[in-house]
Amino acid sequence: MDKRKIEESIFKVLMIISAITIIVSLGLILGSILYKGLPSLSWEMISQTPKGGYYLGKEGGILNAIVGSVLLAFGATILAAIISFPIVIFINVYNRQNRWLANIIRLTFDILWGIPSIVYGAFGFTIMIFFGIKTSLLAGIVIVSLVVLPVIARAIDEVIKMIPQGLFDASYALGATRLETSLKVIARQASPGILTALLIAFGRAIGDAAAVLFTAGYTDYIPTSIFQSVATLPLAIFFQLGTPFPEVQARGYASALILTLVILVISIVARLLTRKYKKFKI
Amino acid sequence: MEQSSHIKVKDLNVYYGQNHVLKNINIEIPNNQITAIIGPSGCGKTTLLKCFNRLIESVDGVRVTGEVLVGGENIYDPKAEVTHIRKKMGLLSQRPFPLPMSIYDNIAYGPKIHGERNKKELDRIVEHYLKEASLWEEVKDRLKTPAGSLSIGQQQRLCLARGLAVEPDIILGDEPTSALDPQSSRHIEQKFIELKEKYSIVFVTHILRQAKRIADYLIFIHMGEIIECGPTKEILENPKEKKTQDYVLGIIS
Ligand SMILES: Nc1ncnc2c1ncn2[C@@H]1O[C@H](COP(=O)(O)OP(=O)(O)O)[C@@H](O)[C@H]1O
Ligand SMILES: [Mg+2]
Repeated sequence: MDKRKIEESIFKVLMIISAITIIVSLGLILGSILYKGLPSLSWEMISQTPKGGYYLGKEGGILNAIVGSVLLAFGATILAAIISFPIVIFINVYNRQNRWLANIIRLTFDILWGIPSIVYGAFGFTIMIFFGIKTSLLAGIVIVSLVVLPVIARAIDEVIKMIPQGLFDASYALGATRLETSLKVIARQASPGILTALLIAFGRAIGDAAAVLFTAGYTDYIPTSIFQSVATLPLAIFFQLGTPFPEVQARGYASALILTLVILVISIVARLLTRKYKKFKI
Repeated sequence: MEQSSHIKVKDLNVYYGQNHVLKNINIEIPNNQITAIIGPSGCGKTTLLKCFNRLIESVDGVRVTGEVLVGGENIYDPKAEVTHIRKKMGLLSQRPFPLPMSIYDNIAYGPKIHGERNKKELDRIVEHYLKEASLWEEVKDRLKTPAGSLSIGQQQRLCLARGLAVEPDIILGDEPTSALDPQSSRHIEQKFIELKEKYSIVFVTHILRQAKRIADYLIFIHMGEIIECGPTKEILENPKEKKTQDYVLGIIS
């Protein structure tokens, strides 16, 4: 058999192994969460806040953490998007010619992306101590938005970078300004990619435990203002799994299941809501 | 007005970095006629066309010197308003770029950014210019569908309608038929002939036969220099320059 055919078959086997590894890992993760968490999952868990002694196995649920996580992840994703969109537009539209500056900004994002979120948490914590600020939803949102900022910015950047110059020119030729072109044409063309970026960021924000540990705090109550501490799902999972009681640990797995479901539901809803835009992409 | 010139180019030079691509261009584009810019590939036709609406400025590392006067106004004057200049010219590119929105919104986009808000008036504009580009009958029942779902030939006519909807005086085309099938190409050529009553049309082509069919006036460029320009008939039948003769005979291509 000739060499090129052998190469081809080796590579095929590799591809199949990789594909199987990924699918099996995902299956195992979901399977173990379902297996261990499903029996403890109850309406009570998702509709009530912890009552006294919840962490000892008594009554209540983790509604505080569900609400806290969703608020925090939404807030952080939106804040990060508001900050990153202008930067991305700047390097891809206003400053398209200046490759040098754009590459420095991209490099900065890539480095920020690589910094572990515990470092952001510690950074936030230092600043909060310095100003004497207490842990709060707002502080959590600000710090988590820094964690997801490079994720959103680079993901949107990659999408906008691929848009052909001809589409920009088509809009400019009609007398549109760069801002009009960015908002009405480029953002629309990039909308499926922007949505993906937001969803990735949301997933990262809602799953992050390290950055919220020092900044958002933890509480058994649902916050009534952004200046109060909030509970988050990853920390709720951590605390429950850390107890010596098997029934509380099982609730920890159920919480992990809830976290996964929240991400799933939000992804599906977001895709459905924005399907309308996708269809106009050229 | 018939014979006066619409665009006047004076001592225009364009550099891409160190590369001097247009050299001392001095030409006049006549009013209400079809002008074709011809020449071998890479000679600077697209570059020259992009100078007319300053789209050249979005190219990396470009430098432009000289003047381009449109209706007597130098568009490279630092005080000139670029959006205002571009509004006066419709552009057809080599391959059509519909905007990522519906057919209706593609046409309404230009009028809207220039301040038209009235829904009834927008409806009228959309219908009028789709008719002007002979696309109305084909799309009138699906104005809300994505423009990207049209065929390439229809997309190019949509781009024409979109350009006309901002009420320009000039239509620019950069090999506007090169991505189209023969029938759609003829459609665009036919449109150009009809539209020259109201607009001055300048288009780039590498197809000499196309220039011969529809152009009134020819500009022949070679290696970034204007070799010859004049009425189509004169240039094709009696080229003065050796290079033009060679090009017309198909020796340079
Ligand atoms: N963006 C660019 N950067 C650098 N050089 C370019 C660029 N675009 C075109 N050129 C060069 O300028 C010359 C003229 O190009 P162009 O105007 O596109 O020619 P044509 O349209 O006649 O084929 C060519 O030699 C081409 O390589
Ligand atoms: Mg060209």
